[in-house]
Amino acid sequence: MMLILSSLVLNYRPSSIAELENTAYKRIFDFITDGAVWQHEGQQKGLEKQMKFAYFPGCSLNTTGLEYGWSTRAVATALDITLQEIPDWNCCGASSAHWTDDWLSLVLPARNLALAEQMGLDVVAPCAGCFSRLRAAESVIRQPDRRAELQEALGMPLNGEIKTCSLLDLLANRVGIPAIQNKVVKPLTGLRLVCYYGCLLVRPPGITGFDDPENPQSMDQLMKALGAAVLDWPCKTECCGGNLATPRTDLTLQISGNLLKTVYAAGAEAVVTACPLCMINLDARQKEMTKRFGRLFQVPVFYFTELIGLSMGFAPETLGLNRHFTDTLPLLSGQALI
Amino acid sequence: MNKFRNRIMEAGVDFPACYQCGKCTAGCPVAFAMDYGPRQIVRFLQLGMWEEAFSSHSIWLCTACDTCSTRCPRGVNPAQMMDWLRVEAGRQGIVAEPKVKIFNDTFLKLVEKYGRVPEVELVIRYNLRSGQVFKDARLGPAMLRRGKLHLIPRRIRGIGSLRQVFKRVKQ
Repeated sequence: MMLILSSLVLNYRPSSIAELENTAYKRIFDFITDGAVWQHEGQQKGLEKQMKFAYFPGCSLNTTGLEYGWSTRAVATALDITLQEIPDWNCCGASSAHWTDDWLSLVLPARNLALAEQMGLDVVAPCAGCFSRLRAAESVIRQPDRRAELQEALGMPLNGEIKTCSLLDLLANRVGIPAIQNKVVKPLTGLRLVCYYGCLLVRPPGITGFDDPENPQSMDQLMKALGAAVLDWPCKTECCGGNLATPRTDLTLQISGNLLKTVYAAGAEAVVTACPLCMINLDARQKEMTKRFGRLFQVPVFYFTELIGLSMGFAPETLGLNRHFTDTLPLLSGQALI
Repeated sequence: MNKFRNRIMEAGVDFPACYQCGKCTAGCPVAFAMDYGPRQIVRFLQLGMWEEAFSSHSIWLCTACDTCSTRCPRGVNPAQMMDWLRVEAGRQGIVAEPKVKIFNDTFLKLVEKYGRVPEVELVIRYNLRSGQVFKDARLGPAMLRRGKLHLIPRRIRGIGSLRQVFKRVKQ
């Protein structure tokens, strides 16, 4: 009897966070542990500390990912999060450093971490690529012998005391969904979405350190909390073609095109993303896809922060919703959201 | 060839552990375009066929999405393998996909020059060096109209020390 019971408990795998939270298991665990194990490390910290972060926008958020930067600022203001830009930050090296020189790909983001240490603040990075490179550098800084090498290459001190989190992790887990839900004045009712996490936000799990690498939930939960209908989708963590977009556009068109085809198949009207490179590959090349594949591609792609901002009552222009390549406005006005 | 074996294993690629299940290739988003799938590249290493691995297109087409390494039941870390082979092949001057290397080299040169990436200059320089002057010519003006490109690049203030960092890394 005990055997059967314990195997039931051990083999229990919730299919979603919502399910997990509503189960009797949680109540039993809460009773035993006083709820401590269920609390996110950051949530506990957030209660004591004021929400103030060293902000790493990265190259994209001032240029090709303009809307992501604007909507991030808007949402942060509404939630009383202070984002203090790291002074004189440099490019994280992105995929190009990663593809060319292992050491350079760690030293470049480490300079930004050294600057953030001088500010004494944890880092938040909206771009999935920057986030991934900063975290990779962070994992090396935590190893004392390699940290010394890094310091030497940089010519700057590093003590490894600060942490980097992605904007998605910050909003979904540290600020928390209830706090965001409190600010919703215009629920996204009627909007049918699929959430696209891509690669670098969730993989490799040893580096990214949050959410499930195969079936992540944080963005899904956020969008549901805003009132949108979030649909199941097999491509949540598929690659968009990434850095191949310029040197091998043909391959990226095929990979991203296949992704967008499944959006319709899933019954959704739009995609939500948290990465400026995914955004370009999915949003900016739909005309080319239409020509190449001989069928119409017209799938609006949103940053998750744009939708949070919209539900909080910000104007579409403030969030950059009118700057997309594939027009987002007809869908939003069709649902009476603008 | 033994020197490659030791060095790639030190970099965290446990290729002898692979039992050829093919999970890496099954999940690979670029496998359809590769000459050899990730599983086959691992097999090359097991058989000591290093030249074949270095000269493959696959190592340049891998997007480093890390699906293979996340799913590998043997902890082989095929994504790290692709990284290592690509860097080493580049050093030896074996480049099956020159455009990919031109793009990455141009990107890093500009980071060294400015500290950040000037998108316009990146695309222009890449187009000129790869001999495709009008590539994405329509995308540029469309981006400009949306305020998404800055024509004049700016240097970061600490560019001097950043260039020193580049110099030290190259040594």
